[in-house]
Amino acid sequence: MSAPQEHHGSLKSYLTGFVLAVIFTAIPFWIVMGKVLINSYVIGLILLGLGAVQIVVHMVYFLDMNTKSEGGWSMLALIFTVILVVIMLSGSLWVMYHLNHNMMPGMMTESRMEAKPASIMLPESTGTMR
Amino acid sequence: MSELTTSADAITSENNARYYVREHHPEHSTLLGFWLYLMSDCLIFACLFATYGVLGRNYAGGPSGAALFDLRLVAFNTSLLLVSSITFGFAMLEIQRARLRTTLIWLSVTGLLGACFIGVELMEFVHLIQQGAGPARSGFLTSFFAIVGTHGLHVTFGILWLVTLMFQLNRYGINPDNIRRMMCLSMFWHFLDVIWIGVFTFVYLMGVLP
Repeated sequence: MSAPQEHHGSLKSYLTGFVLAVIFTAIPFWIVMGKVLINSYVIGLILLGLGAVQIVVHMVYFLDMNTKSEGGWSMLALIFTVILVVIMLSGSLWVMYHLNHNMMPGMMTESRMEAKPASIMLPESTGTMR
Repeated sequence: MSELTTSADAITSENNARYYVREHHPEHSTLLGFWLYLMSDCLIFACLFATYGVLGRNYAGGPSGAALFDLRLVAFNTSLLLVSSITFGFAMLEIQRARLRTTLIWLSVTGLLGACFIGVELMEFVHLIQQGAGPARSGFLTSFFAIVGTHGLHVTFGILWLVTLMFQLNRYGINPDNIRRMMCLSMFWHFLDVIWIGVFTFVYLMGVLP
């Protein structure tokens, strides 16, 4: 992210990033494949936390992200994107979760009421099909 | 009329002021622009992640993630991409020391690792479709194929770019243009690894949880 003539990253920062990335990749696979924990909500939260930390590790050590590159504009763009992503993800999940919970019972009683005449009609129609 | 001309003068003088400010760092613009492209790409992936988050448990009576995903294969693929990230880093270090031959060697190692990643992913896709678990089977599989497929397509184009750049380096040597291209590809490649963190965490590992 710095100018071409400047140093982009050092061997030390790449190796540090790699070791950290390996650790943060190994832990979630170990938790899930080794069936270390039982409660899947707890596992889910731990996985998301570890994933977020690993993304920061990659940003800092591999993408060479800091507050000063490009006069702060790349960090500003990143923060803006993160805000949009958080709104998009949490908003979609939130809305769709409530949609599922609030709409389904009503829709099911309605469809059951409408289904009665159709189910009476059904043998006839299948009979003509055959 | 006179008001119009004065406002026009004001606009042009303002443009001049902006022009001088921009002249301070013209050589940065490509990298910042490429970074903005990556951020917009991030939004595409965010939409796909949101889709998977909503549809990921809609199996429609079909197989679930726990039944389909082979986590050992995913772990292998993850390690391929992670190692390719650091080999690209080595290529960047070599091009900064102006060593063409070792740069090309590290780039080809990176490209091979990327190609293996794509190969394993295609194998997984073929295996799933043969099992009858294609993208048309359920909402879960549609969103799964969409997100993993989009990431795979990005990696494929990254490999294409990498091979092109290797030919450019071979032909024109290490010049400022090629260094700039390397830095853009470096950002692209590391960015894909960042997206893959989200994929293996959110899609694969959380997908197999009960």
